[in-house]
Amino acid sequence: MTPTFETATTLALYTPAAAPFLASLIALILPWRAAAIAGILAATAILASGITLAADTQPSTYAAGLLRADALTAWMLIAIGAVAAIACSAAPAHLRTESTAERRRYLVLAQLFLTCMSLAVLADNLGLLWVAVEATTIVTAFLVGHRRTRASVEAAWKYVVLCSVGIAIAFLGTVCVYAASIAAGGHGITALDWTHLNASASTLDPGLMRLATGLVLLGFGTKAGLAPMHSWLPDAHSQAPAPVSALMSGVLLSVAFYAILRYKTITDAVLGPTYTRTLLLIAALASLAVAATLLIAQRNYKRLLAYSSIEHMGLIALGTAFGVKIAIAAALLHILGHGLTKAVAFCAAGHIMQTTGSPDIDNVHGLAARQPALAATFGISLISLLGLPPFSLFASELAIARAGFDAGHGWAVAIAFTLILVAFAAIARHATAMLLGPPPPPSPRPNSPSPRPAGLTILAVGLAAAAALGVYLGPLEQLLDAAATIVAGGPR
Amino acid sequence: MSDGLSAQLLNLCCGLFLLTAVGVLWRRQVSSLITLLTVQGLMLTGIATLLAAQHRNAEAVGIAIGIGALKAAIIPWMLRRVHNQVPDARETRPLVNVSASLLAAAGLTLLAYAAARPLVALAPSASAHATPVGIAVVLLGFFLAATRQRAISQIIGVLLIDNGIAAVAFLATGGVPLIVELGVSADLALAVLVLQILTSRLHETFGPTDLDELRELHD
Repeated sequence: MTPTFETATTLALYTPAAAPFLASLIALILPWRAAAIAGILAATAILASGITLAADTQPSTYAAGLLRADALTAWMLIAIGAVAAIACSAAPAHLRTESTAERRRYLVLAQLFLTCMSLAVLADNLGLLWVAVEATTIVTAFLVGHRRTRASVEAAWKYVVLCSVGIAIAFLGTVCVYAASIAAGGHGITALDWTHLNASASTLDPGLMRLATGLVLLGFGTKAGLAPMHSWLPDAHSQAPAPVSALMSGVLLSVAFYAILRYKTITDAVLGPTYTRTLLLIAALASLAVAATLLIAQRNYKRLLAYSSIEHMGLIALGTAFGVKIAIAAALLHILGHGLTKAVAFCAAGHIMQTTGSPDIDNVHGLAARQPALAATFGISLISLLGLPPFSLFASELAIARAGFDAGHGWAVAIAFTLILVAFAAIARHATAMLLGPPPPPSPRPNSPSPRPAGLTILAVGLAAAAALGVYLGPLEQLLDAAATIVAGGPR
Repeated sequence: MSDGLSAQLLNLCCGLFLLTAVGVLWRRQVSSLITLLTVQGLMLTGIATLLAAQHRNAEAVGIAIGIGALKAAIIPWMLRRVHNQVPDARETRPLVNVSASLLAAAGLTLLAYAAARPLVALAPSASAHATPVGIAVVLLGFFLAATRQRAISQIIGVLLIDNGIAAVAFLATGGVPLIVELGVSADLALAVLVLQILTSRLHETFGPTDLDELRELHD
C-alpha cells in the first residue's frame, strides 16, 4: 500500500462521522441555506469515503482506534451516503415553509443522525455499535415529532419508548456476548471487538451465545422494523418530515440490520447456521405477512411506503436467513436498491403532500394530469419498489428466490413470494388510484406550489442509479462479493 | 473489609435491588415510585462499588461513582421535574391490578432464574450467582411498561429495564468496558431527557390522559 493511499483510507475512516458532525455545527451558526449545502456536502463526503474504502478490498480491513472498515462497512457507507445525498438535497424544498428555529433544529438533528449511522457501521466494537444505534433513536425523536401535532407527538412517544425498550434487549444480548468473551479469556474493550470475537468464536460458550443471539435479533430487529416489533415504524415514518422518512426507511433500518449481520458472522461460527436461520426465517415471513395484510386496506400513502419498507426488510432478512453467499449478496444489493428507491419515493411523497395538502390516498386522485413530472417520479419509484425490471430490486429479489430454492428452502420462498404478490397487487391498486384515477373536483387552492425542477432532478438521478444497479454492477460487483463473503463466512 | 462481610453486603444490595423493583409494581403514587427508583440506583451503585473493591480496580470505582451520580441523583431529579410538570399522574387504572402484578412478579423472578442459567454456569466469580436478580428486574420493567397507562410509569419501566441490565453486566462480568459504559450512560441520560420533553408535549396536546387515549394513528 502506498503512503498516499494509506492517508486516504485513514481519512476515509474518520470522514463519514466527522463531516456530518461538522455540518451539524455549521447548521448551529450559519444561515439555513448554507447549512443545507454543508449537509449535502457531508452526505457526498460519506459516499466518497465509502468508495475510497471500497477501492482496495484486498487488505481486508482498515483500522484506526475504535473504528474499523472492511468491505461490508464500505458497502453500508455507500448506501448511507447515496441515500443521504438524496435526502439532504430534498431538505431545502421541504424546509421552505418552516420557521427559522425549526429549520435550524431540523438541519442540526438530521446531520447528527447521519453521524450516528456512520459511527454504527464503522464501530469496531459491538458495544459502541449498540451505543450508536441507540443514539439514532435519540436524535430522530424530535425529527419524528417535528410538527408537534397530536399525531406526531404520539408517533414520537411510541417510537422512543418502543425502540428504547427494543434496543435495551439488544444491550442485554451484548452483555451476554461480553460475558462469554470474558469467560473465554478476553479482557477489557477488545473483548467486544467483532474481529476478536470472530477470531475466538470456537472458545465462546454455545449456551450463552444462544441466549445472546435471540436477544440481539429481537433487539436490533425492533429497530430494523422486523415483525413482531415493527409497530412503531408506520407511525414514525408517516409523521416524520419526508426527507427524514427517506433516511429512516432508506438506511436506518438497514443500519440496524447491519448489526444483525455482524452478530450473525459470530453466532454462525459458534452455533452453526441453523439457529440464526430459523429465527430470521420466522421474522422474515412474519414481516412479509404483516406488510401484505396491512397494505391492502391502506388509506395513507406515507404509511403505504412504510409498510412497503417492512416488506422489503422482510425480504432482506429472508435472503440473510438462506445464508449462502449469493443470497447474502442479493440481500446487500437489496439494501442499496431499496434505500435509493425508498428515499426517492418518500421525497416524492413529501412533494405530493405539499402540493395536495393531504396524506390520504383518496384525496390524491389524478395526480398524473395535475403534476405530470411529480407523478412520473412517484410512479417510477413505486414500479421499482414493486420489484419490476430494470431496477435492482428485481435482480435482487430474483437472486434471493433462486438462492432459496437452491439451498432447499423452496417452501419459504413460496410463502414469501405469495405474500409479495399480495403486497404487489395492493400497492399497484393504490398507485393506480393516486396517479391515474378520475381527476378531482376543482381545487380550492388553484395555485398549490409545484415542486421545483431541481428538486425532481435529484430524485430522477436516484432512480437512474437504482436502474443502473439492476443492469450493471460494474466495479461494485467486486465489493459486493467481498462483503457477502464476510457475512457468509467464505465461499461455500 | 473482610471477604465475608463484602459478600454479605453484596447479597444485601442485590436483595434490596430486586425488592425495590417489586415495590415499584406495588405502589401507585408517582413520588414514591421515584423514591424507590432512587433507592434502586443506590443499590446498583453499592453493587458496583463492592465488586470494584473486590477486584481492587480503580477504573471500576470511577465507573461506580459515575453510575451513582447518574442513577441515584440526575435521573431521579429529571423524573421529579416531569412529575412537577405533569401533576396528577397517579396510576388510576393499570391494566393489571396490584395483587395480580405481585403474583406476576413472583412468576417473572422464577423465570429469570431459569433464563439466567447459562450466565451463572459460565461466570467464575461468586457474584455471578446473583445475576438472576438483574434479569428479574429487566422482566419486571417490561411488565411495568406493558401494563401501565401513564407516561411517567412507562419511563420508569424503561429505567427498570436499564437498571436490570446494568446489574447483569456488573454481576456477570464486573461491568462493561469504560468507553461503552460512558456511551450507554450518555444515551440513557439523553433518552430520559427526550422522554421528559415528550411527556410535557403529550400533556400539552392530549391533556392529562392515559396513553390508551393515543389513538390518532392506527390502521
